[in-house]
Amino acid sequence: MGVAKRTAPLSNVSLEMRAWNIRRKALLMGEVQGQGYIGQALGIADVLAVSYFNAMDYRPEDPEWEGRDRFYLSIGHYAIALYAALIEAGILPEDEIPTYGMDDSRMPMSGMASYTPGMEITGGSLGQGLGIAVGAALGLKRKRNPAFVYNLMSDGELGEGSTWEAVMSAVQWRLDNLICVVDFNNQQADGPTRDALAVGAEAQKWEAFGWHAQEVDGNDMDALVAAFDAARALDDPRPRVIICNTTMCKGVDFLEAREITHFVRVEPDEWAKALAKLEEGKPQ
Amino acid sequence: MTTASMARRYEPRTAPDTKVATSAMIASLAAEGYDTVLAPFGNALVEAAKSNDRIVGLSADLSKYTDLHVFADAMPERFYQMGMAEQLLFSAAAGMAREGFLPFATTYAVFASRRAYDFIAMAIAEENLPVKIACALPGLTTGYGPSHQAFEDLAIFRGLPNMVLIDPCDACDVAGMVPAMIAEPSPVYARLLRGKVPKVLTRHKPDYKFQLGKAQMIRDGKDVLVISSGIMTMRALDAAEQLEKEGVDVAVLHVPTIKPLDTDTIISEAGKGRLCVTAENHTVIGGLGEAVAGTLMRAGVHPTFRMIGLPDEFLEAGALPTLHDMYGISTQGVATQIKDWL
Repeated sequence: MGVAKRTAPLSNVSLEMRAWNIRRKALLMGEVQGQGYIGQALGIADVLAVSYFNAMDYRPEDPEWEGRDRFYLSIGHYAIALYAALIEAGILPEDEIPTYGMDDSRMPMSGMASYTPGMEITGGSLGQGLGIAVGAALGLKRKRNPAFVYNLMSDGELGEGSTWEAVMSAVQWRLDNLICVVDFNNQQADGPTRDALAVGAEAQKWEAFGWHAQEVDGNDMDALVAAFDAARALDDPRPRVIICNTTMCKGVDFLEAREITHFVRVEPDEWAKALAKLEEGKPQ
Repeated sequence: MTTASMARRYEPRTAPDTKVATSAMIASLAAEGYDTVLAPFGNALVEAAKSNDRIVGLSADLSKYTDLHVFADAMPERFYQMGMAEQLLFSAAAGMAREGFLPFATTYAVFASRRAYDFIAMAIAEENLPVKIACALPGLTTGYGPSHQAFEDLAIFRGLPNMVLIDPCDACDVAGMVPAMIAEPSPVYARLLRGKVPKVLTRHKPDYKFQLGKAQMIRDGKDVLVISSGIMTMRALDAAEQLEKEGVDVAVLHVPTIKPLDTDTIISEAGKGRLCVTAENHTVIGGLGEAVAGTLMRAGVHPTFRMIGLPDEFLEAGALPTLHDMYGISTQGVATQIKDWL
C-alpha cells in the first residue's frame, strides 16, 4: 500500500518545534486552572506532533471532512494535550486557551465529542476507545473510505477486558486501517502500571493476538516518525499498534525529577517556572 | 439465589407426577389461543433494510436467539458477528453509527443491561448515536434463573438520558417497532420477543398499530384500568376476558413505550375514578409501575393504585408457567389480584 499522500497543509515548521509548541500550550492551559494532567501532556507531546504533523490527514477548516483520518482520544483526561495539538493544528483557536476548564468552555477538563471540534469521541471511561475504533474502521471499510482510525490509549487501559475484546476483533476483521497508539508511561492512578495488573511484554502480547506491533521511545522524534510511517505503509491486513514508552513531564526537568504520580502536583508559582524551563529547551 | 431455594438445597427431591420442562431460552413464549408469527423482528428488519442501506446488524454470538439470523441469512454482507464480547458489540456499534450507519445490535437483555451498561451509556447514549439495541429474554421469559432473567433492565436504562425504551407485547408490536426505531434519531433499547411470537393486540383491537411514544387503549372498561406493557398486556387482556364473565369490567391501556412515557394519556385515563393497576414483566422497582406512579403523583391524580410485577428478589429457576403463577404474572395471577383489590 505505501504511505498515503497527505493533503493536510504543508509546513516548514519542524516536528520538534510542533511538539515544543504543544507542550507550551498545555502548560499555559494548566496555568489557567492551576492544575491539569500536565505530566501526561508533556509526555505525549511528541506522539501528538507526529500524529498531527506527519501522519494524519485532515482539513483544519473542516474538522468533520469525510476524508480525514480519525483520531480517538480514549483517555479523556489527556484532553489538555489534545487541545494543545488541535490549537497547534489550527482546528481550535489559540485565543481560547484562557477558557480551558472554565464554565462554558469548549475545552472541558475531560475530552467530550459534543464540546470540541476535532474531539472525535467522548473518552474517559477507560477501555472504550479501541472498541469504538473497531466499529469506525469497519464502517470506513464498508464505505470504501481509505482513512485511518487512530486510537490513543494509555497503559492503564491494558487492564480493561474490553480492550482485549477489541484487540481480538480488529484481527478477526483484518482492520489494516486501524492504528492503536499506547502511551506507556508506567503510571496509573494508584501507582506504577507494572505493579498493578501483570503488565509486561506488551509488544509480544499484541503480536501473539495477530497485530503488527512496534515498541518505540515515545519521546524520540525520529523513532516515532519511522514507526508511524511503517504502520501506515505496512502492506498486510494486520491492525497496527505502536507502543510508545514515554517519560511523564518530558521537557520540564524539575517536574520530571519530582516523584511522579498520576496527577502531578504543580505549585502556583511553578507554572511560570515550567514555562521558563521549557523556553530554555526551545528548538532552534 | 432466593432464600427459599437456599434453605432447601440439601433436601432430596423426587420426580413429579406430571412432567413440566424448564422453559429454555430458545423456546417461544407460550400464548394459548393466539396465532403466532415466526421471527417478526428479523423479517421486519430485512424488509426495512431493503430500502435503507445504512442498516447493518451486529450480534455477540446470539443472532440465532434474537432472530437476527434472518437478517444475516438475507443480507450476509451487512451482518457483523462480533463474537462473545458484549462490550465490544456496543462500542463497535457506536463506531459504525459515527460513520453514518444505523446499527441494530442484539444480545440477551441481561448482557446489554448488566455487562455492557457503561459502553451503552458513554459510547452510545452520551453522544446520542442512533444505535438500535434489541434484546431477547426480557423480564421473566426464561426458566434458566437470574443469569438470564433480565428483570431489572428497564430500571437500569430508564435513568439513562437520550434512551428510548420499548417493551412490545406481541408480533404486531415487534414488527411495528422496527421502522419506528429506524425513524427515531436517538438510541433505542427494545425488549425483544423471538421465535414464534403471538399475535395478540389485533385480535382485541383489529386496527391496532404500534406507535412510538403512544399508549393505546386496547379495551375499555368502567371498573378497573390496567396500565401494562410487554407480555403483561396479553396477560391483562386475557384476565379481562375472564373477569368480564364474572361481571368485572376491565380496561387495558397498553404502554409499549416506557420512555418517553405517554403521560398525557396515562393521566387522562387514570383520572376516571377506576381502580388503577399497573402490570409489568419486570421488578416493581424502577419500571412501568413506578413511572406511572410518579407521573400521577406529579399530576395530582390519585386513584386507588396497585402494582403487578416481579418481586424485589432474584427469581427461581423452573418452568415458566409455574414461575408466572408463582410471581403473579400469569393470567390467573392477574385476575386473582385484581379481584382481591376490588
